[in-house]
Formats: sequence, C-alpha cells, structure tokens
Amino acid sequence: MSLVILILILLGGGLLAIFAQRMNEDMPRWVSLATIVLALVYLLGVVSNLPVEPLTIADAGSSWLIHLKLEWIPRFGISFELAMDGLSLLLVVLTLLLGLIAVSSSWSEINFKQGLFQANLLWTLAGVTGVFLAMDLFLFFLFWEVMLIPMYLLIAIWGHENKAYAAMKFFIFTQFSGLLMLISIVILAWQASLANGSYSYSYFDLLGTTLNAKLEFWVMLGFFLAFTVKLPSFPFHTWLPDAHTQAPTAGSVLLAGILLKTGAYGLLRICIPLFPNASMEFAPIAMALGAAGVIYGAVLAFAQSDFKRLVAYSSVSHMGFVLLGLYAWNTLALQGAVMQMVAHGVSTAALFMMAGAIQQRLHTRDMHKMGGLWHNAPRMGACALFFALASLGLPGLGNFVAEFLVLIGLFAVQPWITAVAALGMVGAAIYALWMMQLAFQGKPIENREFADFGRREMATMAAMMVALVWLGLYPQPVLDIAQPVLDSLQNIVPSLVSEAPTADIAGVNL
Amino acid sequence: MNAADFYSLAPLLILAGGATILMLQIAFRRDIKLTSALTVATLVAAAFSIIGADDNVPRFVTPLLRADHLALVFSGLFCLAAAVTSILSIDYLRQRGDEPEEFFLLLILSTLGACVLAYAAHLASLLLGLELMSISLYALIAYPDKTKLPLEAAIKYLVLSGAATATMLFGFALLYGTTGTMQFAAMGDQLVDAHAGSAVLLVAAVMVVSGLGFKLSLVPFHMWTPDVYDGAPAPVTGFLASVSKAAVFVALLRWFLASDLFRFDILIDSISLLAIFSMLAGNILALLQSNIKRMLAYSSIAHMGYLVIILVVGSNMDNRALAIEAGMYYLIAYTVTTIAAFGLLTLLSSEGHHRENVQLHDVSGLFWHQPLYASLMMVALLSLAGIPLTAGFIAKFYLISAAVSDFRWVLLGSLVVGSGIGIYYYLRVIFYMTRKVEEHNNNPVAPGGWLVKAVSCALIASILLLGTVPQPLMEYLRSILQVVN
Repeated sequence: MSLVILILILLGGGLLAIFAQRMNEDMPRWVSLATIVLALVYLLGVVSNLPVEPLTIADAGSSWLIHLKLEWIPRFGISFELAMDGLSLLLVVLTLLLGLIAVSSSWSEINFKQGLFQANLLWTLAGVTGVFLAMDLFLFFLFWEVMLIPMYLLIAIWGHENKAYAAMKFFIFTQFSGLLMLISIVILAWQASLANGSYSYSYFDLLGTTLNAKLEFWVMLGFFLAFTVKLPSFPFHTWLPDAHTQAPTAGSVLLAGILLKTGAYGLLRICIPLFPNASMEFAPIAMALGAAGVIYGAVLAFAQSDFKRLVAYSSVSHMGFVLLGLYAWNTLALQGAVMQMVAHGVSTAALFMMAGAIQQRLHTRDMHKMGGLWHNAPRMGACALFFALASLGLPGLGNFVAEFLVLIGLFAVQPWITAVAALGMVGAAIYALWMMQLAFQGKPIENREFADFGRREMATMAAMMVALVWLGLYPQPVLDIAQPVLDSLQNIVPSLVSEAPTADIAGVNL
Repeated sequence: MNAADFYSLAPLLILAGGATILMLQIAFRRDIKLTSALTVATLVAAAFSIIGADDNVPRFVTPLLRADHLALVFSGLFCLAAAVTSILSIDYLRQRGDEPEEFFLLLILSTLGACVLAYAAHLASLLLGLELMSISLYALIAYPDKTKLPLEAAIKYLVLSGAATATMLFGFALLYGTTGTMQFAAMGDQLVDAHAGSAVLLVAAVMVVSGLGFKLSLVPFHMWTPDVYDGAPAPVTGFLASVSKAAVFVALLRWFLASDLFRFDILIDSISLLAIFSMLAGNILALLQSNIKRMLAYSSIAHMGYLVIILVVGSNMDNRALAIEAGMYYLIAYTVTTIAAFGLLTLLSSEGHHRENVQLHDVSGLFWHQPLYASLMMVALLSLAGIPLTAGFIAKFYLISAAVSDFRWVLLGSLVVGSGIGIYYYLRVIFYMTRKVEEHNNNPVAPGGWLVKAVSCALIASILLLGTVPQPLMEYLRSILQVVN
C-alpha cells in the first residue's frame, strides 16, 4: 500500500493547494513544498524499513523491493499493480527532488492562479511517479497519458508568447505515439491470452511472451516510437525545443528533468525486455539514431540564440547517449545510461532554472541581448559556469561519468558509432562555452538593473551542485542501487548483439 | 397480450402515457415549470421502469417488438439522456420562443421513437420508430427559435431525411419481395437462399445501407450533418447527436444479430469502407471548424465511423461477443459524453443572446469564471478524445481490443490516424477555455440553478466513473449478451 499512499500524497497535495489559495495567495507554494517533502520523507521511511531480502516476482528477477497487486478490471485481466525496485526507487527520488527544484524555481515567477499551478505541478509528479511504479501495462499507459494533461495545462496556461503552438505540439506528438503504444499493448496482451488462455496485462505475465518475428517487430516498434518520442530521440525531437522554450520555468525543469526519463525508463524496463529478438534486430538502427541525436543536438544547440532552446537541444544530444547506452546493453553502458538519466536530470534542471531566472529579470531569452551578465550578477555567472561545465562533461562531475561509461560500454559493441558519438562531447564543449560567452561574458549593457541570485535560488543551486559533484566523484552508491535491477534485466535479455563482439574490452574496470 | 408483455414494454407505455398527459396539460394551462417537471418525471419513471421489466424478458411482444435486456438498457439510457436534455434546456427555452412547452412534448415523442428502435425486431417497427423519432426532430429543430438558421436546418433535415427514408423504404420493399418476410429473425436464412447473384437483393442492400448510413451520418452520406447540427438549437443538437444516432445503431445491431447479416462479405466490406471514410473525413473536416457545434458534428461522424468497426469485427464468430460488448459500451460512453458536451453549449447560450455562443472565442476564459461548466466541457472533450480516466478511453480500448482480436489492421490504422487528428481539435477548445481573462472581452454568463449544477456534476461523475470503474458495467453487458445471443 505504501506506493499507493505515495501517489495519493501527491494527488491530495494538489487538491489542497487549490483550496489553500482561497485562504492566502502564498499558501499554495508552501503546501506544494510540504507535500513533496512529506512524500520524500515517507518514501525514505518506507525504504529504510524494508526487509533486507529482496522480493522475487515471476521471471523478472529477484531485485524487487515492494510489490502490490489489486484487482481492477478482471474482464480484461487488468490489475492495479505497482512495484518498486532499485531503478524505480532511484527515479522516483529524482522525480521528487526535481519537484522541489521546480517549486523553488517557480516561487516568485507565477502570479496567476498560484493554487492551480502548484496542483498541476504536483499532479505531473504523481503521474510520473506512477509511470515509474506501474507494473501493469494498462496502468502504465494510463499514467503515461494522464501525466500529460497537467503538463499540457502548465504550458498552455502559464507558458510564454507562443504557448498554444508549443503545448499542442507537445501533446499531439506524445499522444499520437502513445496511441501506437496502446495498440501494441493490446496486441501483446491478446497474443499472450491466446497462448495462456486468460487475459493479463501484467508485465510479469507478459514477459517472455513469444510472438512471431514479424509481429514482434511491429509491436516493438509501437513501444519504441512512444518511448523515443518522449526521450526524445532524433528525428522525433521537434516538439521538445518548442515545449521547453514556451513552458514556465518549473515546467521546463519537470519536462527535462523527469518527463524525458520516462521514455528512457520505458525502453529499459519494457521495450527491450519484452521484445528481445526484435530489439536485437533493431539495435543497430536505434544506436544510429542515438548517435545522430548526439551530433544533431549538439550542432543545433550551437546554432541557437535563444537560451532555453540551446539547453533544449543540448538535452536532445545528452539523451542520445542514453539511447546508445540502452541498446549497447552491457553492464557498463547500462550503468552509464542510468547515470546519465540522473545526472542530466540535475544539470539540465539547473540550466533551465538559470534561463528562467534570466528571463524573469530581462524579459528576454535572446542571448544577443544579454552579454556581461557576470558583471551584474557574479553569483549567477558562477552557477551558470558550473552547470555549463557539467553539461559539457567535465571530469569530476556526474555527466562525465555517465557519458564515459556509455562510450566504454558502447565501444565493445559498435566501435564506429562510438567514435561518432564521442564527437558529440566536443560539440558540447563548443555550445556550452559559446553560451557562457554570449550571455555572461563580454561588455555589460550600461545602466542595467539586474538582481543577483537571492538566498532561495542560491540554496537550490548549491544543492544541485553538491549532487553533481557527488555523482561525479563517488557514483558508486547510485550504481549499487541500480545494479541488481540491471543484472536481472540482463538475465532476461543476455545481449542485443547478434554475433560475438570483435573488440573484447569488456574487462575494463573503473 | 398478458401482464408480462405489458411489463416488458413499460418504458414505451410510460412514455406514450406521459406524452398524452403532457398534451392535455399544455392545452389547459401553459406553464414551463409544470411541463418540464412532468416531462422529467415521465422520462425518469420510464427509465426506472426497466428495473421492473427486467424479470419479464426476453420475449417477443407481437412480431414487431422484441423485449430483451438490450432493448431495456438502451431504452433506459435514452430516457435518462432525454431527461438530462430537458433539464439543461429549460433556461435556454425561457430566453427564446414565447410558448416553449411543446418542445418537451416533442422531446418525449422523439424519445419514444428511439426506444421503439431499441425494441425493433421487424422492418415495420424499425421504420415506425425511425420516423417517429425523425419527425419529432424536424419540429424540435425549428420550434424553439424562430429565426432563419434553425428553420433552414429543419427544412434541410426534413427534405434529406425524407429522401433517405424513402430510399430505405424502397429497399425494404425489395427485401420483402425477395425474402417474403419482414421479421429480422426469419429474414436471415431467406437471404442466404436468395443470395446467389440476385441483382434485386444487391439494389435493396445498397438502398438500405445508404438510408441507414444517412441516419448514422457515415461518409459519404454525411453532408447534412454539420448544417443541421449548426442550425439546430443546442439542446436539440445534443439529442440528435447522441440519442438518435445510438438508437439507429442499436436497431441496426439487432438486425445484424437476428438475421446474422455478418455472413455477407460484400456487406461487411462496404461497411469497412464506410468506416474508414468516416474516421478519416470526419476528423480531417473537424479540424477546419471554428464553430464548436460544427466541430462536434464532424467529430460525431468520426465516432460513428469508429463504432461501425464492431460490425466488421463481429463477422468473425469467435470475436462477435467481444465486438458487440465493445459496441454497447461505446454507445453508452458516447451518449453520455455527447450529452455533456452539448449540454455545456446549451448552458452557454441560455442567457439572453440572440445567437448561440458556440464559437471558439465564446468559450475563452471559461475556466476562470465558470469552473464547474468548464470542467464538464473538459471532461467531455477528453472523453471524446479518448484520454484515460474517462469513459471514452475505455470505450476506445474496447474497440481496439475487438479490432486487434480480428486482425483488422487497416481499420486500426485509420482509427489511430483519426484519433491523432482528433486530439488537436478537442484540445483547441480546452486551450481556449484556459485563456487568461484579459485576453478576451466577452463574458457569457451561464445560469446556475441548483438542478443544472447537480446534473453537470452527475454527468462529470458518470463520465469519470465509466472511465475508472468500468468492471460492473462490463460484467452486466456480458451477462445480458449471453441472453441476447
């Protein structure tokens, strides 16, 4: 029940935030903050009281911590099934932490219908948490779609000048690909029911379903499209720059920090384990898309003059590494992908918060109208430099560990794609420094009133810096939490490489 | 006829009796409050009479009517939908037309026609129900508002629908000539015997399909839909879009089941073509509308396209039960949702405007000054778009399950493309509703009687309940299906 309570806390907090506004304009923020803290404390309390011995569920390995299954629509064998293992735990904690960052970043930005804003924010968090925990594919799809509605409202109501277009594009891209996934889910469950004699949408029951090769490929493609649109991978990324640019700061933080991770999570948890054969066949294409995304994102990021668009394209580039790591499917690459999910969540959230802070002060996102901000706001400049360096993969910070692991893992599988993807890191250095140069260096505009970061903003930034340094210097705890899950996933799908790897460097140890 | 026969026809009898009483009441004293109260009481009584009738079915009452659970469920649904329509339209009628009482009389008669369709087991009762429903609708469209637009819509509907009925009737005559029977149950086997290359039968089939296609507004028989929906008063449009469509579909379903029309491949193939055209054309044309009523008109074309998929899927005996179940769930979800969407448009137009407030900009900012009604509209639109947690999603899920079980990939593809397009225009309305107040200048104030608010809440609740706890209804539909088959 603890997982249900966790989701209910977030949902209930949203309702409370709406009512809190009637009492006091400032109340919703505090309600929101309290809700997330409560959820976080509750989750950590539950986890710390778990028995040491992990659960074993069906064929899905013995890495599970909590499992709950309630009957919901027995007509179709649909149940309300939630489960948590190390990977979900990691991502749920990331979700809640970035939720705190989002509340902080919207603290003084939102003046219109504060209560409803915080409610939508909390409901988005609840939806994403649900995605990370749902183990019934029907329920998974439900959370997957439902989390879009509050996100859509966040962009459509509190967005910037072109919000209608951006919100609509975001919704249609994700919804349409979601529909393909729904059909894939139904086909999979139908085929499994033909084989087993009874309907079930449970992940654990569907694992190991054998389809004929052609059908498996198409069904896999339905899932793949839904997840790569969300990731986003080249060439399905075009909704992302618009949605990020037009969303309010908190919306961008949530989008980049956690919504994108649901795509990666889906690939890792659902798409590859359910369809190992089709995924093996498809892996070279997926990796090519990942490498293309890395390069393309970096090149386009460099071409932007809009601060938020630049960060958005850098996300495309970084998430390309995740796709590469997932389809390389060896221990190092998978560790790298998981690290990248966490590290990218933190570093990009920080950059979006920075962009939001600048826009709130200057009312523009155009970097050509900035220049010399360091002179006006040294604290902001220092923070921006830190996160720009994190984003370009400076050793010692989390993103470096992640990308390095992905590249090592990938090299064992696809040396040429690795070579191409590594160029992306050069590109990252160019656009990140270019951004610093345009926005923060150069001659400051005379007589500009520009407030530096206050105490709340500095505290938020400092927390994220600590997180990135910790991830960069001592990533082992994160890897340890995720490792049992990766092991059991690798038990289900031993390899996605059709022939034995030629370059054997799997012995590399960090 | 014995007592059980009367019991099993309870909804029809109550509606007919109610109509008579209402007529007398209007003759003696004009009072919209009294008339509407009587109407709602009649409709609710008819709806609840199905509980008492439940033990006395299934049975044939005369060769014309077959009283079974299917008939009862949908009669109940139609009566409740009509009751909701009358409650939501009281304020609308007060603002227009000096003597609006007959509106309710016509509404009851039209509902009676719809219920007869749900009972139909014979071509004659099919025609009687259809005409009773349609003729009342012609009058309903023109009656409340004596301006040009509704009149034009009524004439258009009268002429075109009359032509469609005539075509269909000719088809019936040819069918009777070939098979020698007008009973659904007896007709099936006769058709198989007469099937071998009979040109007359082919002509008859074309005529009947086009007639019923017109009533369901399937592409290419859909041309009347947007103009009539646009011109008709909002409450009537809601009734037209939900109950009249559902009733025709139920009758069609009964015919298909009783005569086992599923075995005629050419019929099934042409229905799949109609479905594909309707899904694609309906959704694409809906994109271009800035008038919400026209947009919903085209979207209803698309929804009928989704719905007839189940007739195609039903052609495979193994999947027939699932298909029919899906169709019934879809009809219920669609009726509730459509009534809700048009209910909001009715409420918006209820306050002393000369024209109806049905343009996109009329709803802008609705979220901030009428949160309850805006939520009603939002839930209805999300349900039409098939977003989870709403009735529309479960209905669509059912349809997809049925189509997948029969490997109908082309139909599924059209469904996906159509729904993908649909998201855009449904969402656009939601976007307009969430615009900030300073961005628009008009401020339509909807009335807020407690009854209207209660009905709105009930509609929201039923859409969400159908979307979150579908199991009881699914079980019930399954149980009655075993009896129907």
